[in-house]
Amino acid sequence: MRRVMLEGRGDFPEWRDAARDLLIAGVAPGEVEWCERDTSPGLAFEEPAFGGSAVGGAGRSGPGELAPERLAPERLVAEELALDVATVGNGSAAGSGVSGPPRVPAAFPALAAAVVCHSDPARFLLLYRLLWRLQADRRLLEVASDTDVVRANLMAKSVRRDAHKMTAFVRFKELKGGPAGGRRRFVAWFEPDHHIVARVAPFFQRRFTDMDWLIATPRGSAAWDGRTLTLDGTPCRKPDLADDADELWRTYYASIFNPARLKVKAMQAEMPKKYWRNLPEATLIPGLIANAEASLQAMAARAASEPLPYHRRIQERAARLPQPAPPPAGTLAALRQEASACTRCPLHQRATQTVCGEGPERADVMLVGEQPGDREDLAGRPFVGPAGQVFDEALAAAGIDRAGLYLTNAVKHFKYEPRGKRRVHQRPNADEVQHCRFWLAREVELVRPKLVVAMGATALFALTGMRSKLEAVRGTPMAMADGRALFVTVHPSYLLRIPDAGKRAEAVARFHEDISAAGRLAAAM
Amino acid sequence: MRKTLRERLAILSDAAKYDASCASSGTVKRDSAATGGLGSTEGAGICHAYAPDGRCISLLKILLTNFCIYDCAYCVNRSSSNVERARFTPEEVVWLTLEFYRRNYIEGLFLSSGIIRSSDHTMEQMVRIARELRLTHNFRGYIHLKTIPEASPHLIEEAGLHADRLSLNIELPTDGGIARLAPEKKPAGIRRAMGELRLKIEEAAEPTLQTRRTKRFVPAGQSTQMIVGADGANDATILSTSGRLYSSYGLKRVYYSAFSPIPDSSKALPLIKPPLMREHRLYQADWLYRFYGFDIGEITASQPGGMLDLDLDPKLAWALANRAAFPVDVNRAVREMLLRVPGLGTKTVAAILSARRLRRLRLDDLKRLGVSIRKVQAFVVAEGWTPRRLIDRPDLRTMFAPAPRQLSLL
Repeated sequence: MRRVMLEGRGDFPEWRDAARDLLIAGVAPGEVEWCERDTSPGLAFEEPAFGGSAVGGAGRSGPGELAPERLAPERLVAEELALDVATVGNGSAAGSGVSGPPRVPAAFPALAAAVVCHSDPARFLLLYRLLWRLQADRRLLEVASDTDVVRANLMAKSVRRDAHKMTAFVRFKELKGGPAGGRRRFVAWFEPDHHIVARVAPFFQRRFTDMDWLIATPRGSAAWDGRTLTLDGTPCRKPDLADDADELWRTYYASIFNPARLKVKAMQAEMPKKYWRNLPEATLIPGLIANAEASLQAMAARAASEPLPYHRRIQERAARLPQPAPPPAGTLAALRQEASACTRCPLHQRATQTVCGEGPERADVMLVGEQPGDREDLAGRPFVGPAGQVFDEALAAAGIDRAGLYLTNAVKHFKYEPRGKRRVHQRPNADEVQHCRFWLAREVELVRPKLVVAMGATALFALTGMRSKLEAVRGTPMAMADGRALFVTVHPSYLLRIPDAGKRAEAVARFHEDISAAGRLAAAM
Repeated sequence: MRKTLRERLAILSDAAKYDASCASSGTVKRDSAATGGLGSTEGAGICHAYAPDGRCISLLKILLTNFCIYDCAYCVNRSSSNVERARFTPEEVVWLTLEFYRRNYIEGLFLSSGIIRSSDHTMEQMVRIARELRLTHNFRGYIHLKTIPEASPHLIEEAGLHADRLSLNIELPTDGGIARLAPEKKPAGIRRAMGELRLKIEEAAEPTLQTRRTKRFVPAGQSTQMIVGADGANDATILSTSGRLYSSYGLKRVYYSAFSPIPDSSKALPLIKPPLMREHRLYQADWLYRFYGFDIGEITASQPGGMLDLDLDPKLAWALANRAAFPVDVNRAVREMLLRVPGLGTKTVAAILSARRLRRLRLDDLKRLGVSIRKVQAFVVAEGWTPRRLIDRPDLRTMFAPAPRQLSLL
């Protein structure tokens, strides 16, 4: 039986070096006894000290500084891996039961660095057994249901939770009487379950960079002075501290609590009682719980009162506010305002807004699409999404200025199906198109275009009632019921849905030709 | 007589407590190591305390003022209420945030406000606080600003440069409810503002032509809140409103807030115990929609009256109503199907998928993964285990539902 003595304060390299030697020597897990030097609090208790000057009384020698690489487990992991890879081909094969040089999967060093911080004395053996088994079974860690893997994962989880709670429940108290104009100084006392001070200290360094601080715990301390993070494994004694700001914090804690929602168990699951003695707000908890019901009853007993004059003054002022004048009747602006409140079909219930047409009050050409899409619905303007881009490219190719056109849709609200974080476009049905004709007809009346371009079957149906195949009428000028010229092409979004790149390029070219043809047609009118 | 800072803190945090959101997660990673300033955000949020209502306290959640020109019936700060009124100066909010932060009480600030004078005036003050924290005090902690739907676009843009998260409350699940209880609020305007914010966020995420770096704008996205139980909307309506908001505006979260009696309550509302269990079930259903591949319609289809079962979690209720989909073989089923098994969460499913590549899983393996065997055994097939007729038992529900208990008269 081999006996390995470790300091055991969460120092990963210490365990790693011992484990590697054992593994190379071929010592099976059952032949090792792992021991920790007894560092139970009470033996070497010291007052926490701040940069050499004593806090709360007795002084002490300055803490030893640790080399920076010993502070961040993440960096250790990288080095550890590099080291292990380097041993490949060294020929230093382990003995019985272990074949080949010691190597570990990438996930192991990170797991082990967390597990060595645990306070359970069995952690070293567990890790060594895992390391041993990994030599024969490379993918062992992926078997999340293996007994050893489960135990290691639980220990790592417990360490991570403890570390997280430390970031949450450390409470700094300000030390008064520092040098005038110097950095502000803060001290905290915390009692972790595991050896996590070195693991968590960099978090506080990154966060509280512009102040000096010291965190004292029964498992050592960490201090920051703006230049150096100093770690010390010596157990500390609880300092006697007070801070006036605690009273404000307690006021906040009591006021943010809603007595109508008492859920004591939920609170204790996340903030167990063991932390309470170091939280300034925790002394309020019993009183808040005890008075919750009474304060609710009192609230209910007070009947609603009559509003103060303040309320009446506000109401009067609101009533006096001048309302913006409505746009003159018979203009597109008036039409837009009227349509914005449209509830003729159920589509308004899910859309963001009515997307009316856009363009000059009078335009020679009006282009009609199907309905606004996702982007159009958000922006409140037609043809600004992906299909709008395809359309703009066709205009550019034909040398047509978009600003001179009136662009609109057969249906003014976006119809879709919610699918997770996206909206899936749905084609409007005949009923919805029918209802929206009301607005399209009035747009045509107001804008008085010489040429109307229907893009897609829905636009064609809305404008003419025709259900014919698009190919049959595409590209040939026709007359609408009122004698106005009509030109039919595909909807630009159709082009986006063609999966084959070659066919898509063909279809895009044809669409560009159609738009050019419509442009020439309008110019000739 | 002017109230002390402490008295005003009491009033203005009491006035803010009906806003459920307190998240400090989901933003970019940043810290003060390089700048020598104060503050960091590291991905996961941190809850620095929990109140006896079980809610986490992560941010300093306060109102700039609880004076308000609006008269929303459900709100403690409505103009017709006789609660005590107070206001902070922007400097006081900055001071409180920094001093609380230095003592590690909080992750940052969640600032909201009653509407005073005009929307723009109020928004301007809130933006000023965020700007001073960031630029004057080099503060790199979390900032959440409640935005005001009618505020000018340039104010929202500046708010988005300083804040991690912006939120706009939709308040109630139906437009009819808003018209009745919050007549001054315009739901269409709120949704339009959410849409505009989504477009701005997406625009900022696009790399510019000059640099590959994208602009930092509302990195933790936008969220909203709905009050549950103040109007008559059922759960199906509430959830379909959420589905619409998630899909339309890319919201990070929809918060549900069980309507809670407020002091000096409006006569339009009854004083009731907040429906906490209902709120909890809505959150569970929300999770099923966002992380488990359920459609809103599926979750509520089998539920009478469109109300979620208060005794069973919505996933279990769905499984009991869709027994034909079970049992699911843990050694063979696809991820989507495993996610539908009551008792298996996303992490467990990931562990199962990883482990089963290397060995056949038994019920014991599931147990070691932390799964409740009592809950899953009727729904899964594993090595050495088939549920036999368990899935067809008519009394399956009673195996899960809590024991009946005597109702109290009051």
